[in-house]
Amino acid sequence: MEVKVKLFGDLREGRFEEGKTQLEENSRVIDIINKHNLPQEKIAICMVNSRVVEFGQVLQNQDTVAFSPPVGGM
Amino acid sequence: MSAANISVKDPKGHIRSLGRGGLGAVMSSKRIKFITLDDNDGEGIKILDKEKFQKAASIFNKGLLSHPVSGNALPKYGTNVLINILNEVGGLPTKNFRMGQFDGAEKISGETMYDTIMSRKGDPTHGCHVGCVIRCSQTYNDKDNKYLTSGFEYETIWGFGAGCTVDNLDVIAYIDQICDDIGIDTIETAGTMMVAMEAGILPWGDGNGILNLFKNEIKEGTPLGRILGNGADFTGKAFGVTRVPTVKGQSMPAYDPRSVKGIGVTYATTTMGADHTAGYSVTSNILNVGGHIDPLAKEGQIELSRNLQIATAAIDSAGLCIFTAFAILDSDPVSHALIAMINAQYGTNWSVDDWFNLGRQVLKTERAFNEAAGFTNKDDRLPEFFSEPVPPHNATWDFSGEELDQVHNF
Repeated sequence: MEVKVKLFGDLREGRFEEGKTQLEENSRVIDIINKHNLPQEKIAICMVNSRVVEFGQVLQNQDTVAFSPPVGGM
Repeated sequence: MSAANISVKDPKGHIRSLGRGGLGAVMSSKRIKFITLDDNDGEGIKILDKEKFQKAASIFNKGLLSHPVSGNALPKYGTNVLINILNEVGGLPTKNFRMGQFDGAEKISGETMYDTIMSRKGDPTHGCHVGCVIRCSQTYNDKDNKYLTSGFEYETIWGFGAGCTVDNLDVIAYIDQICDDIGIDTIETAGTMMVAMEAGILPWGDGNGILNLFKNEIKEGTPLGRILGNGADFTGKAFGVTRVPTVKGQSMPAYDPRSVKGIGVTYATTTMGADHTAGYSVTSNILNVGGHIDPLAKEGQIELSRNLQIATAAIDSAGLCIFTAFAILDSDPVSHALIAMINAQYGTNWSVDDWFNLGRQVLKTERAFNEAAGFTNKDDRLPEFFSEPVPPHNATWDFSGEELDQVHNF
């Protein structure tokens, strides 16, 4: 299956802003992190189809997955 | 004008704005134009136990610097890093709270702002007051690398950006500059511009039109300027617009209450009006700071808002920047160091609980004031139009009055 991946903040440095990736059926968010060597300890928020989820969230074809480092503000 | 703020000078001599609540109008009603402090013969700050204070302050500062939010994200990107996050989760109020996502979000994002600042030789990391270790502010230059504005915040960029559907960061920077120059709050006037667009005074997305209204109407005090300068509610009444995003007469900030329900509870129930800083539920709803509570469900939001309002009142009373809260609420050593500083300075013997009790007391005093001024629980509600679903989640505002009335039940 194919999912769209978005990176925010300094996760983009040396990587990409947005891309697509191919995954096995029933892959999880953590599988994207492992496949693309994203620094898991620097990821504070995972979002799938605009919802905040955990690393273990199961994905479906055409999902949009986004990762953010720890951020704050007001 | 009700949207008048209080302006102060930052270490670089630029204007910073103590924005909300119309405090500038309160000052002018007392005929106060400015306040100058001359501390030359002053006693200075009294600290009873300097050694204990220094020890605790060192732990506190280390805690701020090592927390990823206050030590890394805020100094680098400032608050505007939130545009892409809120847009992604469908909580970025767009076109006066019609949608939760904005097509132009990337163009006004914190990442774009950082790249622009760097390419124009601005400063992405800058403290708004002497001694600040977080330094979340920045100086933003124009295309000729000349100073344009600083303290360029998420709320301002959201409000004139996604709120009014303007996707040009430079135009928004000029608006930020003129707001500082006039001495008027950006969140309130962004809401006012949304209402002005509803009324057809100018088209949606017309950033230069907004600038024109500030320069030639508000700044000049023309009749239209005086209407706009008195805020979103006043403008709505003048032009017969009912889609006005305010609570207790104050305009709503940069999070949709339907898709970030914890902040909606705060908007409704804080004593100030629609304020996000009083109980910043976005921490747990979206940012995964201090745990996670689903922003699209009602569960846990009342308690979350209540606890954050209490903690925030306590932090405010200590005279600290609210951005210390990320480290304070996430880390026991940091919150204990704060209490140790307070005890060392004042000779008290407080526990963390005592300090939170101070927060409870502050809220009860504020509520009593509001009650004496005629506010009732009917004022702790959101405008009717929030029953309308907001895409992408089609979330609605579904808290009952009875549920909201539980927030201050402590």
